Amino acid sequence: MLEVKNLKAYIDTPAGIVKAVDDVSFSLKAGETIGIVGESGSGKSVLALSLMQLNPSPPTFYPQGEILLEGKNLLHLKEKELRNLRGNDIAMIFQDPMSSLNPIFKIGTQLMEAIRTHQNINRAEAKKKAIVLLKDVGISDPERRMNDYPHQLSGGMRQRVMIAIALAGKPKILIADEPTTALDVTIQAQILDLMKDIQKKYGTAIIIITHDLGVVAQLADKIVVMYSGRIVEEGKTEDIFYHTAMPYTWSLLRSMPRIDTSSRERLIPIQGQPPNLVSPPEGCNFNPRCPFATADCLKIDPSLTERGVGHYAACILSEKIFEEGKLQLENFETKGVPL
Amino acid sequence: MLQYTIRRLFSLIPVMCIVSIIVFMIIHLTPGNPAHLILGEDASEESIKQLEEQLGLDQPIVMQYVNWVKDIVTGDFGQSVYSSEPVLDIILGRLGPTFSITIVSIIMILVISIPIAIAAVWKRNTLIDPLFISISLLGVSIPEFWFAMLLVLGFAVSIPLFPVAGYIPMADGIFQWLYHLILPSFVLAAVEIGLVARMLRDGMLESVNQDYIRTARAKGVKESIVLMKHVFSNALIPTTTVIGAMVAGLLGGTVIIETMFTIPGMGQLLVDSIYRRDYPIIQGVILFIAVVYVIVNLLVDLLYTFLDPRIRYD
Repeated sequence: MLEVKNLKAYIDTPAGIVKAVDDVSFSLKAGETIGIVGESGSGKSVLALSLMQLNPSPPTFYPQGEILLEGKNLLHLKEKELRNLRGNDIAMIFQDPMSSLNPIFKIGTQLMEAIRTHQNINRAEAKKKAIVLLKDVGISDPERRMNDYPHQLSGGMRQRVMIAIALAGKPKILIADEPTTALDVTIQAQILDLMKDIQKKYGTAIIIITHDLGVVAQLADKIVVMYSGRIVEEGKTEDIFYHTAMPYTWSLLRSMPRIDTSSRERLIPIQGQPPNLVSPPEGCNFNPRCPFATADCLKIDPSLTERGVGHYAACILSEKIFEEGKLQLENFETKGVPL
Repeated sequence: MLQYTIRRLFSLIPVMCIVSIIVFMIIHLTPGNPAHLILGEDASEESIKQLEEQLGLDQPIVMQYVNWVKDIVTGDFGQSVYSSEPVLDIILGRLGPTFSITIVSIIMILVISIPIAIAAVWKRNTLIDPLFISISLLGVSIPEFWFAMLLVLGFAVSIPLFPVAGYIPMADGIFQWLYHLILPSFVLAAVEIGLVARMLRDGMLESVNQDYIRTARAKGVKESIVLMKHVFSNALIPTTTVIGAMVAGLLGGTVIIETMFTIPGMGQLLVDSIYRRDYPIIQGVILFIAVVYVIVNLLVDLLYTFLDPRIRYD
């Protein structure tokens, strides 16, 4: 249904051109959930906003690629045609529900605006629909809540309202950009459950963007791992978690807190900083931070290669070297065995 | 809200006390004997004494103040030294023209500056924005008296579109009334248009990159509606403060404008009274402007609660 082909999204800054999204391809089927994972600055949010064509432009431009939604290339649509898609075919919820709702309008007004932008109905009908939507996203006493201003609601409630706004046009695709990052843990779980319910009820395909692998583990059928504007690993959720084929993904997984980690053990961070996207390193972008980097990694810029059915990774290390390296590193860290 | 309003009204009392002391002192801060100054150098001892008694100048200064305030509270602003008419009647008779100019120019300011600000933000990546900034700076820097003469020369003398001067009360025909007000009100508005448009533009540019604006765009809302509804109403909050302060500037500005366009309003009254050393009227007019200013600012504070639901005074 959605196909992104060789998309590049560059940002023109005074320091130079930032290759925020660099030759990214993936596809999404109807009703599927795909997780896009990466640390801050990996280009995942720019990618998400590209799908809505909401990156501020200038400075953002798209030198190459296609975003095909049911065959139509979004990069070639006129502003008016894009408006018809936004909120109707593709909707989006954002990271910070505190700042994503307009503080001076009632939530009912903002929800009804979303409904009436794409449906030619009167206020009374829109109000009825809005109340149903609020009920669907689990807001109690929706008739009364319609008259509340955003500041009168908690963070979780506001994110529910954002989801209701996104669902107003019964979108085929829902893009969720870090939907739970700003919320506390119990609320996170509720919002993720809500998204699962919504998907069942509305049949929406979901693109969930996060740095939290725990979130995608619960939701996603497929995971795309991004690093410095590129896809470095892609595959079914099980493959990413159990047959990790790229050192960056492995480092991400290792840096996650686990339920069986004792409280005295420290989390394992990924060393170093994400690369400068104006002038990325020679060879593999991850080589300065990769614990297994070889001399070849400094020269060869790897492309995605197939590692299993629908499982791709961008790494020149053979499976054997990677497995041995992991074992060695773990032995060194836990038992002090020298490398 | 009601409680807050009442509390604010009470807090006006100390402000008005200070204002009244300053206004009262005008007569005593001018060097020389006020009665002497009023009557001129050739006045007889007798008439000076009589005027001193009439003005209460023979009493101790504190008593004079207390009596003066007491009279004002009961609505007695004293009598004009020049025409012996009650000051309150004179001021009330001059209110119409001044309010007319002020209101017409406020409407002009809003009607002109709002679309300009929206256009500047709409075309923010083009040359319109720097052009707008230069013109607004020019507008703010132009002296009113010079601009007034320029306009009269251009649009009343060379091209006789508007009357050169004068005022027609609204009762004598609303069209004639407005027709005579256009030039003076525009001169008065010119300075503030630049200021208000600039405030609005800055506020809108600040709001235009906010997350909630991205949400509105993600809903598929038209960019024009995004700007006019979501961006504009958020920018209105800081601008309201400026508009409130502006009203005082406008009332002060009428002093020059009314004199230049011979409009019989409070500004002209003030200038004439200063020439005649008619202290009771000077005091009355200044006190009146101070009261209007204080009330307008109270209204602005109350208006915030309607513009921004996050502001609650209770």
